[in-house]
Amino acid sequence: MYYVEAPRGLAAKALDYVRGRASERLRGRLDDRDPDYIREVLPLLWLISTFYFRAEVRDLGNVPPDRPVLLVGNHSGGNVIVDTFIFSLAFSTYFGVERPFHQLAHNLAIAWPFAGGMLRKSGTLSASHEHAEEALATGAPVLVYPGGDWETHRPSWQSDRVDFAGRDGFVRLALDAGVPIVPVVSIGGQETALFLSRGARLAKGLRLDRMARLKVLPISLALPWGLNVGDFAGHLPLPAKITIEVLPPIDLEREFGPAPDVDEVYAHVTAQMQEALDGLAAERRWPVIG
Amino acid sequence: MRLGESTQVAATPETVWYILADPENYLRFMSGITHWEVVGQKPNGLGARYRILIRVGAAEVGGLVEMVEWNEPFDIAWHSVTGVDHRGRWRIRERGEGRCRVEYRFAYGVVGGGVAGMLMQLGAALIVRRQMRRTLQQLKRQVEQEQRRLEAERRRAARQVAPA
Repeated sequence: MYYVEAPRGLAAKALDYVRGRASERLRGRLDDRDPDYIREVLPLLWLISTFYFRAEVRDLGNVPPDRPVLLVGNHSGGNVIVDTFIFSLAFSTYFGVERPFHQLAHNLAIAWPFAGGMLRKSGTLSASHEHAEEALATGAPVLVYPGGDWETHRPSWQSDRVDFAGRDGFVRLALDAGVPIVPVVSIGGQETALFLSRGARLAKGLRLDRMARLKVLPISLALPWGLNVGDFAGHLPLPAKITIEVLPPIDLEREFGPAPDVDEVYAHVTAQMQEALDGLAAERRWPVIG
Repeated sequence: MRLGESTQVAATPETVWYILADPENYLRFMSGITHWEVVGQKPNGLGARYRILIRVGAAEVGGLVEMVEWNEPFDIAWHSVTGVDHRGRWRIRERGEGRCRVEYRFAYGVVGGGVAGMLMQLGAALIVRRQMRRTLQQLKRQVEQEQRRLEAERRRAARQVAPA
């Protein structure tokens, strides 16, 4: 009996260890963020953003300098979310890498062997209400993309459309944490490849929604793969001009009273973002070139 | 990376100084500057501090700077205290006949980043040099306009003192 129990104990410990490590990787911790690492990667991000994507980030002064806020963005670019990197660069140079700043991302992105580590050091946490509340409680601004995989894989011809698919968790989060919402609108990310379809039916048929929290199995034409199904390994983005605009903060209690209606706030925020996105779209003359 | 640009201005060093010493003017003539805010009680002079931001490519870079030289009406120099490591200098030298030479020097460094850091310095130099040239053109225009205004004021005063 003794000889049978010992290996079982070891196996259980090993399993616990692997489970613990996996859970840690999936989660991303607040103190994983490393300002020195961010300072090291800023030059590369700046080069790519400036010369490859000709990026422009406007009105960062709308982000209050001294209090936590919930930055709500529209998500673009498939799994290669260049606008997020560009915004993070702009935020870090504007406020300094010392100001804590967190972004929420899908579990799969955080768990990715190499990129996941980079993301965690950059302050990325796995997307959950608790993680966002925890980060906001420390006074850090938090960037969320309510549209998630649904929005980032929308067809390229819907590039100028804000589509959160009714996900209003961000409103509840802002209300629970008592922080203003600062909308962040970007355009150009959906032109880094030719996104053809979300493949929502395909994902449902393959039960990806249950197994990996994936509502979509996108189909696109992208470099270097050609036909790209899933975009799991990412793609080489086309040099689309990326423009990002930060809108004025929305103080929910001041604008909607002491007990704001979630649907009303959701409609207001998405309408404001759509209006700003329409403005950015009107400035563009050519796809990719901008 | 050290950059320098200069221009001849049809004005006295005192007129150039009058424009450069006032922090409110910086947003008017400095190309690429998006933010120039006085931090603390001292608006100008040695030890005055400003929070500045300059748009360089995809990012607004800058931080807190402090005036470390204030030699009226010839030299103004500042160093960064926080943010991107840089220093700047205005050098004004008289050239006679109511003219002077204004030199704008700007030096910056990128901490870390390896090869990307070096490339960033070179890439940023292209943008910053262009901004420096435009800054000098705008400063020249503003200073010469101020000089003309001062001369007109002097003529008016002279006419009032000794009417024909």
